[in-house]
Amino acid sequence: MLGKLTLSAIPYHDPIIMGAVLGSVLVAAAVIALITYYGKWTYLWKEWLTSLDHKRIGVMYLILSLVMLLRGLSDAVMMRAQQAVAVGSSQGFLPPWHFDQVFTAHGTIMILFMAMPFVSGLMNIIVPQQIGARDVAFPFLNSLSLWLTVAGALLVMVSLGIGEFSKVGWSGYSPLAEKLYSPGVGVDYWDWSIQIAGIASLMTAINFFVTILRMRAPGMNLMRMPLFSWAIFFTTILMVCSFPVLTVTLAMLSLDRYLGMHFFTNTFGGNIMMYVNLFWMWGHPEVYIVILPSFGIFSEVVATFSSKRLFGYKSLVYATGAITLLSFGVWLHHFFTMGAGPDVNAVFGITTMIIAIPTGVKIFNWLFTMYRGRVRLTVPMYWTLGFMVSFSLGGATGVLMGVPPADFVIHNSVFLVAHFHTMLITGTLFGLIAGYSYWFPKITGFRLNEKWGKRAFFFWLIGFYLAFGPLYLLGLMGMPRRMYHYSNPAWHPWLLVAAGGAALIVIGTFLLIVQLIVSIRERETTRDLTGDPYDGRTLEWSLSSPPPVYNFAQIPIVGDIDAFTDMKEKGLAYTRPVQYHDIEIPKNSGAGYLIGVLTFLMGFALVWDIWWLAASCAAGIVLIVIARSFDDDTHRVITGSQIQGIEDERYRRLEAAR
Amino acid sequence: MRRKGYFVLAGLASVCVAALLGGCAQVVLLDPKGPIGIAERNLILEALGLMMIVVIPVIVMALWFPRKYSASNTKADYAPKWSGSRRLEILIWLVPLAITTVLGYLAWSRSHQLDPYRPIQGAAPVRVQVVAMNWKWLFIYPDQNIAVVNRLVFPSGVPLSFKITSDTVVNSFFIPQLGSQMYAMAGMVGRLHLLADKPGLYYGQSQQFSGNGYAYMRFHARAVSAEQFREWLQKVKRSPNKLDSAMFAQLEKPSVQNPVAYFSSVRQNLFDTIVESFATMSPAAKTVSPLETAKRTPGVH
Amino acid sequence: MSDYALTLDRAGEEDRELERATNQVFGFWIYLMSDLVLFAVIFATFAVLCRNYAGGPTGRDLFHLPYVLGETMFLLFSSATCGLAMAAAQSGKKNLVLFALAVTFLLGLGFLSMEAKEFQRMILNGDGPSRSGFLSAFFTLVGTHGAHVCVGLLWMAVTFAQVGLKGLSASVQSRLMRLGMFWHFLDIVWIGVFTTVYLRGVL
Repeated sequence: MLGKLTLSAIPYHDPIIMGAVLGSVLVAAAVIALITYYGKWTYLWKEWLTSLDHKRIGVMYLILSLVMLLRGLSDAVMMRAQQAVAVGSSQGFLPPWHFDQVFTAHGTIMILFMAMPFVSGLMNIIVPQQIGARDVAFPFLNSLSLWLTVAGALLVMVSLGIGEFSKVGWSGYSPLAEKLYSPGVGVDYWDWSIQIAGIASLMTAINFFVTILRMRAPGMNLMRMPLFSWAIFFTTILMVCSFPVLTVTLAMLSLDRYLGMHFFTNTFGGNIMMYVNLFWMWGHPEVYIVILPSFGIFSEVVATFSSKRLFGYKSLVYATGAITLLSFGVWLHHFFTMGAGPDVNAVFGITTMIIAIPTGVKIFNWLFTMYRGRVRLTVPMYWTLGFMVSFSLGGATGVLMGVPPADFVIHNSVFLVAHFHTMLITGTLFGLIAGYSYWFPKITGFRLNEKWGKRAFFFWLIGFYLAFGPLYLLGLMGMPRRMYHYSNPAWHPWLLVAAGGAALIVIGTFLLIVQLIVSIRERETTRDLTGDPYDGRTLEWSLSSPPPVYNFAQIPIVGDIDAFTDMKEKGLAYTRPVQYHDIEIPKNSGAGYLIGVLTFLMGFALVWDIWWLAASCAAGIVLIVIARSFDDDTHRVITGSQIQGIEDERYRRLEAAR
Repeated sequence: MRRKGYFVLAGLASVCVAALLGGCAQVVLLDPKGPIGIAERNLILEALGLMMIVVIPVIVMALWFPRKYSASNTKADYAPKWSGSRRLEILIWLVPLAITTVLGYLAWSRSHQLDPYRPIQGAAPVRVQVVAMNWKWLFIYPDQNIAVVNRLVFPSGVPLSFKITSDTVVNSFFIPQLGSQMYAMAGMVGRLHLLADKPGLYYGQSQQFSGNGYAYMRFHARAVSAEQFREWLQKVKRSPNKLDSAMFAQLEKPSVQNPVAYFSSVRQNLFDTIVESFATMSPAAKTVSPLETAKRTPGVH
Repeated sequence: MSDYALTLDRAGEEDRELERATNQVFGFWIYLMSDLVLFAVIFATFAVLCRNYAGGPTGRDLFHLPYVLGETMFLLFSSATCGLAMAAAQSGKKNLVLFALAVTFLLGLGFLSMEAKEFQRMILNGDGPSRSGFLSAFFTLVGTHGAHVCVGLLWMAVTFAQVGLKGLSASVQSRLMRLGMFWHFLDIVWIGVFTTVYLRGVL
């Protein structure tokens, strides 16, 4: 009836896990209790869970990302704490089977359930506004993507308390991930959760690719598109081309594990090197999938807060395109030590270095954007400057590892860990937080507290250097990654410093939450009444904060790269049409949410071999899709007079604010 | 912000320098003990030095521009429409390109010079067959017909020629102070050539996560004089244990922190048998597959 | 430009429908491209594993070319009838659409049942997907195509019902068009399967 699932799957004996489970359950219970107490269930269902509004969907992505950030961060803290104590005769507090789950969960969560939803959230909210569109091309598909991502994340969370998570690292290397060496359910949890999230990402990518190519406002030809939208455009190309590879690889691993096939086994004609190749054919583009959006954000932030046109717009676009192309030709640098021979290694080493050229060009472009500008050192600028300094150092270490013989000694050491955390923290995460701070007024209608934001930034920056500086050194001291215990006493002091750095990062994250709470409490005094708090340059700042559900009452006509600055200079900003026309917007739909629930149940059933449940969920999903396809009544109309009312109110506030 | 940033950077730099000067012996990759390791250390320093040509100006500009062109400094130039300069654009494409060209040349030439498959010139090498197991290392000396678990002893000044495979999942065989590592993969044979200049105790480890006992997959790699090596061989030869099929089956059972064990003789062709137990389900299973387009891929004998 | 903006804003029901349908077709193209990547990866895996027999049977032992050729004919003809359905939909002949769809469905079903029978025979002979790397890759490649055909059949049944119930409305037309693209796409993939798996395996 319940497959392999029995009560013994719950790790009662482990106080750390049970504490984490209890904590998560209590938080969830508190949230449910609060919603019930305030009677907000109907509101939640009607305004959020079933919403097809890209802005609402974006906010829900951001919330998911924040929750998963906290989970991933607590995993990081556990690793740093373990390595700070587990030296010599001390075994620390985590046995290897637990430590291995922690680092696997940390990587999986941070990449696929923190960074990816963060990117999806910001692009959902901003891209349609930036290109002058009223919605995305496929609003229902958008909601479906969100709920599938949530289903995947939930599957990871559930593995905490029921069964176990994968113990083989986020990259799931075979044959270690095969049934023979990993007989438990952990790898299956990992496999299904990222399979589901991967399919969601693919759908998001198709959606935004079409949105960007087909729904730009008149006058916005591609070479007038803001850099963030460009970055998202290239990101969607990367996703469309690379995610199918992940889908296939994970499916083959499942076939090996469930049906005893031999794709990646080390017997019966399987090929273990094929897994590594396939994984990184997706995995390397994936790195750029999470970094390009941040590059886009930095471009917007630097131009806005330098009150100056972006330097070398074309060069930035071409550089982004070059990175997109090249990112498919470097995957082998993840395993130079496999023995592919000097020719192959050198070729992939050189392609890796070539990526540094467009990346370097981008950094110079941002620098020269500040040159002869009027730089305002706001919170988003702090994150951006922190990025520029750290990222160029991290990039240098990356190019270093692209030299095959150099990689022969630092491969799989904590030097590598330090390198990719420099890229992913000071590159991806700093960028995403910069974007969050930058667009926060647009999303909510009030501004974030600057003082707490700066405090959070400094704790993050200093914490980052203290946590990862020592890891560079430890890598040169020969320390491999993923060790739950070590005996070399010379490593110990540096790991203590790294643990201290992790503590500062935790404080930094806590301060981000403080900033959010303080900002919410003082929102009446920090309202963004004009919708243009920073003298913005792109179209989203021409809207009210937050924008109405239809974004643009009248589709704007774009005449320049900095469309809104151009309008302001020509005196065309805030002009009103003679008459407002009806606007059609998508009706709410609970189908995406329901499919998400069923997908989660199906994933859970597949992990535990509960076949009847998996089959009925699959059937349910198919039925919902068919039912939805019979429904032609998917849109509702907001009449011109309703819009007149909303816009009158907007212009009344605008006048008052001036 | 800027001032604090300087402090952080300066502090970090001084900490690193102090660490490198004070504990040089601990920073093993910068204190290599053989020609391969030395060449790789030099390559690391050269490459980093080259990249600093770009990195340092970037950092300087990133800290200097926002100060110089701060909104509060109304005396500074302000050119809100200035968004392009052909000369600058050419410069920012060409400088990284030039550095990459030099680095690319380095990568190409050193990849060939430091190819782990390339034998080291000099005396006849000591041959060692390495088998990664759950979770221990088995070292077979085919010429001496002995085997050792979790300890590697070899003469200094003599090239070492390793054949590397795995009896389980993927591991990576690595002695940091001597240089390059190489994956150990079941059904395939990886090659590695190293040399220790001086006698000494170096540490070896697995550099690829391999499961529960991975953290303990470390071993002593001891370079000794020719005389000491002969004595050590005789000591091993006196061991009562022989690595026959039964003993190997015993050894295959997963164990963590396996004590050092000496075997005075080894079953004939044990290493090849281990490799073929994964690869030879049929002669066809060994055929080159298209992914392995390299000239010499592991697994193709 | 401003005229264009006005027309966009004043777009009537039909224009919006058309806009949406165009987006859907374009989006579906992109999906098909991603599906092509998916198949390309599976083809590549097959190419890697296609000689890893692990002592088991080879393609020459397993494949009966005339049988597979029969299968192929079913699919090719179904593509032709599918094209007929599309043409009929363009000229608004509802009954012809229904007829052509039904024939396409039956041909597709014929293809699928032949494939299922082939699988069944191999598995019962002990040459199932867990026998060797080669057979894992074979079953996965052919099976993934088969699963796509299966989805296509389900979609066809739903569209058949929608044509019957709603007539050739704009949304049904758009769906028919995408179904047609999907079906032809599967045909092209099958040509690849037939050549690389069966022909290469036997010759």
